[in-house]
Amino acid sequence: MKSRDYITQIMSFVVFITIQLLFTRNMVIYGVAFNYIYVGFLLLLPFDTSRLLLLALGFTTGIFLDIFYDSLGIHAASAVAIMFVRPWWINIITPRGGYDDSPAPLLNQMGFQWFSTYAFPLIVIHHACLFYIEVGGGTHFWFSLTKVIFSSAFTFATLVILQYLFFEKRRRML
Amino acid sequence: MQRLFEFLYQYRAFFLFIFLEVVCSWLIVNYNRYQSAAFFNSSNALSGSIMAGTTATADYFRLGQVNQHLADENAQLRKQLLSTETKVMVVSDSSAIEKADSITRNQYTFYPAKVVNNSVRRYNNFLTLNKGLSDGIEVGMGVISAEGVVGKVRAVSEHYATVTSILHTNMSISARLQSSNTLCTVKWDGLDPTEAQVLYVPRHLKPQMGDTVSTSGFNAIYPESTPLGIITDIELGDSDAFYTITISLSTDFYTLSYVYVVKNHLLNERDSLETLSTVQDEE
Repeated sequence: MKSRDYITQIMSFVVFITIQLLFTRNMVIYGVAFNYIYVGFLLLLPFDTSRLLLLALGFTTGIFLDIFYDSLGIHAASAVAIMFVRPWWINIITPRGGYDDSPAPLLNQMGFQWFSTYAFPLIVIHHACLFYIEVGGGTHFWFSLTKVIFSSAFTFATLVILQYLFFEKRRRML
Repeated sequence: MQRLFEFLYQYRAFFLFIFLEVVCSWLIVNYNRYQSAAFFNSSNALSGSIMAGTTATADYFRLGQVNQHLADENAQLRKQLLSTETKVMVVSDSSAIEKADSITRNQYTFYPAKVVNNSVRRYNNFLTLNKGLSDGIEVGMGVISAEGVVGKVRAVSEHYATVTSILHTNMSISARLQSSNTLCTVKWDGLDPTEAQVLYVPRHLKPQMGDTVSTSGFNAIYPESTPLGIITDIELGDSDAFYTITISLSTDFYTLSYVYVVKNHLLNERDSLETLSTVQDEE
């Protein structure tokens, strides 16, 4: 990564965390749809980020969120889990041309179809870890499952809308 | 040996993953068990001030509601004041009563505090208050609102405090049914933030719908008879030893904005006495 990319990523971190803490922290629809938009920062990291760095960033972001949510370890565990799965999942869903001309998994570069195949399952994994660790296992299984499904849809929709609104249409990063 | 290092290096991402997940599990388990230092939770200075800032903005949109609550509370207090005044006139001057009265009257100190962060929708909910060590708040104090019990202080920093709300699945409160004086336990089941469950009411009793459930005197951190809720549902299966009772909580956690932190001045005396008597029993 060039130094300009580092600055972009730091800005991305600040923006996503700010949105999470100031706006979506208490945004809950019908008691089942929670919004954890901060995973957007982790999902939109460039393709060439090393696995170790991904895990470290996942852990740090998770702990940072946990401090605000008084749930030390829960967000961190979920974020580390998706950061571990991410490189493997990106490999599986490689499009025909490879990832040569696009530095990051962004909606405007990869297209909606690829982006949803990429992001939605990872968001589901993250939210599933989150809600099941929170209740401490299988108690209220169905209620937690409802929360996982609706929250994933909510987070995914927010992530897509944010990208349509604030990312340039060019096939270049930012 | 070199093969081992090569192996470790080759799968370094996997090992880091395992290591981080173990750290997380350790944090989750420990954080839920112990009252931790005030750094890794919402009472630390950074998160406290950020949340205080957001609440300050959001507050403008619910000033009306807050005013209504405060006005109701004032009315309630006026009513109580009137009733005590009449009582005082009846007993007139008896120094013994006065002395006993002054001890109980000064047993509790109430510190008003503002809720700067509150959640009701999660499985384990916490509140953050804008008062901390410098205002006299300590870990373990009870927190009540004008309507009823709110929770218990879990961690404090210099200017903020984190409170475990009764909407936390590990929190249980010693309570009693007002009409029959039956001791029981109130616990939240993690689903509806307006309701809680009353446990351990034995089947030979007859709890009434609409009866008030309040804190028992065995509970040293809340003043006795602080309301918890009103019974809305009673069930008793054929083979159950205890009733399944649902109460609607008297504190409305959705609109909670001002609370009181309770300091019990006799807590230490009571605790040391109770410990002393247990020790003597064992000898």
